[in-house]
Amino acid sequence: MGGFLKSSVARKFAMALSGLFLVLFLAQHFTINLTSVISPDVFNEISHFMGTNFLVQALLQPILIFGVCFHFIMGFVLEIRNRRSRSINYVRFNGSANSSWMSRNMIYSGLVILAFLGLHFYDFWFPEIVHKYIQSHPEDATRYYGELVAKFESPVRTGLYVLSFIFLMLHLIHGFSSSFQSVGFNNKYSKGLRGFTVAFAIVIPLGFIFIALFHYINNVQ
Amino acid sequence: MRINKSLNLQIENMKLTLKIWRQENAKAKGKMVDYIIDGIDGDMSFLEMLDVLNEDLVNKGEQPVEFDHDCREGICGACSLQINGEPHGPDKLITTCQLHMRTFKDGDTIVIEPFRATAFPVIKDLIVDRTSFDRIQQAYGYVSVNTSGNTIDANSIPIKKENADDSFNAATCIGCGACVAACKNASAMLFTSAKVSQFALLPQGEVEADRRVLAMVEQMDKEGFGNCTNTGACEIECPKGISLENIARMNREYLKASVK
Repeated sequence: MGGFLKSSVARKFAMALSGLFLVLFLAQHFTINLTSVISPDVFNEISHFMGTNFLVQALLQPILIFGVCFHFIMGFVLEIRNRRSRSINYVRFNGSANSSWMSRNMIYSGLVILAFLGLHFYDFWFPEIVHKYIQSHPEDATRYYGELVAKFESPVRTGLYVLSFIFLMLHLIHGFSSSFQSVGFNNKYSKGLRGFTVAFAIVIPLGFIFIALFHYINNVQ
Repeated sequence: MRINKSLNLQIENMKLTLKIWRQENAKAKGKMVDYIIDGIDGDMSFLEMLDVLNEDLVNKGEQPVEFDHDCREGICGACSLQINGEPHGPDKLITTCQLHMRTFKDGDTIVIEPFRATAFPVIKDLIVDRTSFDRIQQAYGYVSVNTSGNTIDANSIPIKKENADDSFNAATCIGCGACVAACKNASAMLFTSAKVSQFALLPQGEVEADRRVLAMVEQMDKEGFGNCTNTGACEIECPKGISLENIARMNREYLKASVK
């Protein structure tokens, strides 16, 4: 594995696969979150299942954490190597003439997403670990919706979530379709696939923004 | 005075400010130097404009600006300038020698730099060492067939039309290095993938496709080129319009060869 990842093509392949895996996770996360807008009971039920199911906790969650860490670490490794490949910068570099802002600034949109993940873990994941494993509270299948809604009382936190989802959108607009190119998929179906990936990249973050604003506005009212 | 009617711009006797990278040798520290040049005609090529500048410099007893050029008709891949932040200048599907001064207007400032990449070190002024491309080619950019006295008529081997076309298109790469210069990561994947593709698509080259792609990618990495992040800048700036499909094909070929 380590030897395979020494090659630039293989690194991009691994980066693309981890990205595609995270896109799948994002779709699943969004679907669950959307239920919080539709039915608090359904949201509680699914959240309780995800938080207590052995397969999810013991297998899928570690895989997800590995995928997230791998994607970020590989992103930094690629960025450092890429910066080394041009030791003297141009006085004038007209990148906008031939490429999109999103494609040229994946590292910055990625850094914003990394910072957001820190906030998201602070808000939900760490309290969950403390609740379950340190304070060892008895199982309560009805607590999840209330915990979620309470987080969106703060306009600052809601604003940070909205901002982060905008950067997630920018990251996905390039990253999702780019991952197919990296795994070698570029053919007559690529144009249609590009349309789907861009639609996904816009709709899913907009959906997350809607959910955050929905709970914030409900709290205000 | 001649005027480009569609743009209403003066294209004869233009006066321009040139900001040019000057560097004595590979080890010296370079810097941008300003030159004012006038009497430039819109029908001149960019390289002819630099010839005029150099004549002026030589007449004044100064060192002329060194730059690469050869065929001056867009087929050799020798010219290599980064002009106003783009390889081969603002026009598409042309090399610097095909760029005409009517692209600019009277009073413009033009920034001229060498192609920048760690794997393309500056030799002098605007000339860079692109032998890293040669070494990628030497790694396996060929077909090991003895054609001496054993040549088989190419038409006797049926080849799908689309494969023949794709191979030919890949083979039009002139190895100028604009893909590397345009890429924010200084990646050489478009060049390498074009060379991989032109052989992998044909039965003569398919036999060694696995060994070829592994060797050429390994050499590309050794030279210190960056990783492709699929910005697509290389495809846009390539004077021959080499497609990103070639990079996807190289990725496929590489992964296929790696798991065998």
